[in-house]
Amino acid sequence: MTEIKTEQPEKMAMGRSMKRKEDPRFLQGKGNYIDDINLKNQLYMALVHSPYPHANIKDIDSSAAMEVPGAVAVVTAKELDAHGVGWLPTFHGLDKQMVLANGKVLYQYQEVAACYAETREAAYDMAELVAVDYEPLEVVNDPYKAMTDEVLLRPDREAKTNHIYNWNVGDESGTDAALAASDHVIRQHITFPRVHAAPLEPCGCVAEFDAMGRLQFYVTSQAPHVYRTALFMVLGIPEDKIRVISPDLGGGFGNKVPIYPGYVCAIAGALVLQRPVKWIETRTENMTSSFARDYHMDIEIGASTDGTLTALKVNTVADHGAFDAAADPTKYPAGMFGVVTGSYQFPHAFANLDAYFTNKQPGGVAYRCSFRVTEASYLIERAMDILADDLKMDPTELRRKNFIRKDQFPYQTPLNFVYDSGDYEHTMDVALEKIGYTELLKEQAEKRARGELMGIGFSTFTEVTGAGPSKHFDILGIKMFDGAEIRIHPSGSGIIRTGTKSQGQGHETTWAQIVAEELGLDPQNFIVEEGDTDTAPYGLGTYASRSTPVAGGALALAARKIREKARKIAAHLLEVGEHDLEWKDYKFEVMGVPGQSVTMKEVAFAAYTNPGDNEPGLETTLYYDPPNMVFPHGTYVAVVDVDRETGETKVRRFLAVDDAGTIINPMIVEGQIHGGLTEGFAIAFMQEIAYDEAGNNLATNFTDYLVPTSLESPHWETAATCTPSPHHPIGAKSVGESPNVGSPAAFVNAVIDALSPLGVRHIDMPLSREKVWAAIRNAEQTHPAAD
Amino acid sequence: MTKTQNMEALGADFAGIDVPNIVTVSIRINGKVVTRAVPSRMLLVHFIREEAGLTGTHVGCDSSSCGVCTVLLDGSTPVKSCTMFAVMAHGRDVKTVESLAVGGTLHPVQQAFWDQHGLQCGYCTPGMMMTALALLERNPNPSEHDIREGLSGNLCRCTGYNNIVKAVQQAAGAMSASSAADPSAADD
Repeated sequence: MTEIKTEQPEKMAMGRSMKRKEDPRFLQGKGNYIDDINLKNQLYMALVHSPYPHANIKDIDSSAAMEVPGAVAVVTAKELDAHGVGWLPTFHGLDKQMVLANGKVLYQYQEVAACYAETREAAYDMAELVAVDYEPLEVVNDPYKAMTDEVLLRPDREAKTNHIYNWNVGDESGTDAALAASDHVIRQHITFPRVHAAPLEPCGCVAEFDAMGRLQFYVTSQAPHVYRTALFMVLGIPEDKIRVISPDLGGGFGNKVPIYPGYVCAIAGALVLQRPVKWIETRTENMTSSFARDYHMDIEIGASTDGTLTALKVNTVADHGAFDAAADPTKYPAGMFGVVTGSYQFPHAFANLDAYFTNKQPGGVAYRCSFRVTEASYLIERAMDILADDLKMDPTELRRKNFIRKDQFPYQTPLNFVYDSGDYEHTMDVALEKIGYTELLKEQAEKRARGELMGIGFSTFTEVTGAGPSKHFDILGIKMFDGAEIRIHPSGSGIIRTGTKSQGQGHETTWAQIVAEELGLDPQNFIVEEGDTDTAPYGLGTYASRSTPVAGGALALAARKIREKARKIAAHLLEVGEHDLEWKDYKFEVMGVPGQSVTMKEVAFAAYTNPGDNEPGLETTLYYDPPNMVFPHGTYVAVVDVDRETGETKVRRFLAVDDAGTIINPMIVEGQIHGGLTEGFAIAFMQEIAYDEAGNNLATNFTDYLVPTSLESPHWETAATCTPSPHHPIGAKSVGESPNVGSPAAFVNAVIDALSPLGVRHIDMPLSREKVWAAIRNAEQTHPAAD
Repeated sequence: MTKTQNMEALGADFAGIDVPNIVTVSIRINGKVVTRAVPSRMLLVHFIREEAGLTGTHVGCDSSSCGVCTVLLDGSTPVKSCTMFAVMAHGRDVKTVESLAVGGTLHPVQQAFWDQHGLQCGYCTPGMMMTALALLERNPNPSEHDIREGLSGNLCRCTGYNNIVKAVQQAAGAMSASSAADPSAADD
């Protein structure tokens, strides 16, 4: 990460690879995760799941289950309906979802009943013994089949169709005309498969109504405050009677954003049975309760013969499963898919999307991405390579020719985003130099002459993060913003609270660094608290790379607000007017008199001992509603070798050059890039929630849903450039998702580049050995001359 | 309750095998013997977490795939404690992550994971470190490939493994330096 040091000015606390403050407790096994929480007299809950993807429920008999020693109760949709909690709203409020299957099941593993028992084992025994009489129905698990509406999946909805919504943006007629007038047009169907975030800690909760009748809800939540408000909406419990506590989270990646039926059942059980109820997902429950992606995309790109882009058109069919539970803000039903024009200048563009119900698990979570930006980035980066191949151009030259130039920012895209800043060409140049592109091309030419398959793949993506400005973004109608609270104690230490929630991103360290930098105090002397709605200021949580762009901004501004109050006390201490002071070298100094100064530590003590005529104390709370999103970008390069006989791909090198604006902690940033690249690698080569034709889910555990180990994961090389965001208080963008958004295209482009001498144009992910092998054999049979 | 009533209800055939429902299990965990009467089907990981109260050992996958429940059995054999019944560890010795730091001083493996940023959410970390410790017992000077192979039974979703490998390399250096300085430790 040497680039960071040269391109970012030296700071006191920011920009340093400070070791993480939270680590000692994790290293000693003293983390406090959801299953570590046990309340006195607690019951355990297990769920009954449907073995059928689509079936009527004729009868549920729980008598055998109630015979299990320790059995306490079985709850079905009937009981929940009687309490008015049978359905819950989905996060963008465009649909509602059954808590327990009501009359019929719509996907395999859908929750049918909840069993409460004295022990974990007894609860699972009960779940085995609940007898459900199913009448199987025809399965619709292809969104193209869902279009015909021959089998209506959701008769509960007013609209008697499997079509959920249409969303489009851009200028369709202008785009069509430009495509018709183009010298060259490429067309390609590209699918982004259904995947799952799969944090190693499954979801779970413990619900208790305390002596005052107040709900204490411990839960794996990336957005505790939103949960509190949503629980008020679902359960009708006054919000002051709800406390949501999100403890340490063992990863989230978007999986811990939704409110799952198990949570509602645990709360309902705690209320009715008047005892605490614990529910921890099994791995299979975790794998079958939500998903991400499942976009089927048709792209057209027009260009002139010299490679200048003329137009882009995208038609997408989105498979949303049984309920429209996509984590997308109301005003963006397809999330930020509009970033599909990527890093390039398109004079004309049009994107259209239709979403459908199928008999698959619901979700559409923002899996390590900002609401559908991964799908968009993969599509444009894949398509740019196809265009380069058709035009016989080097993929980096096609990109260079069409990049938005650094002097064009802020840049208004044809699909309604205003990019804040960037220098795409510089970042790509750094990557080409570091990877040694010229030498790689030479090596590739030699290998191709020998019939060996070597590929070099690029992705020069643009992300959109920092959801978001309240004018555009909401969850359940709640506007997106974030709060920060800072309290400085008399001795100069302090406490920081935000509405975000770390799942491993290192907020306890990063937030301390931001505040310490703004106030000239020691980051080691700050405690950071998140996740308790009784103490943290309201905030929309951590997902979609929004923490640093939104909460980080709130923290910097809150610290500056404290500094302004501190200035008054400093003026009192130095016996000068406050306008005679300047904040210089992390202290207040009388202008032009270098010896006359006080530190923030001295001011903090005075705030409680000698504030003069000023209000005592040094605390503040501030809410930040950002003016725009932020747009990190990067150039990723993958170098692969493909075994012609077996189809096995070896990622020989992978370089990620990221531009995330101002970096707060380079070590943490690099770690997040490594993790995101590994998940991107998994998506490109291994991970997929596949279904068979009967609707059986074939990815319900880690032996079927493949997660990379240390053995197959490549070694990662990283570097950074720095184009600060002009509107963010500290110029920070974000980085946690960039590697997951940007890398799948680089991997796939590299493999297709390797296979291009055989005439292979595209393979849908995951690029398993079998699939690549089949593509090679097929190409050799189709074009024997290519051999 | 002398029989596996629930198994019988499921139609399982235990003919000829008399499995008591509740058994008394004694396991030495981190040097301290823990004795409890528990269901015979209780998994070792649940014994460690719920009976011994040591929650540093986690559950992640229910299928022995992820390794977040890894502990050391009888010295330095790494086992996935969700794969064993507690009764199978009766009379044996178990070491968990809680045994690593002594008197508030981090073990060289813990220190290395901290120094090298070998963790993010921390959920896989205890199991990862126990596996690393066992690997270093077997092979005090592992190559990068040895380390990647040695840790391949432990999944991580956050760090991308680069820094975990670096942490194990640092720990190997620190541990061989300390055993070189203390010959008695090397013989142990």
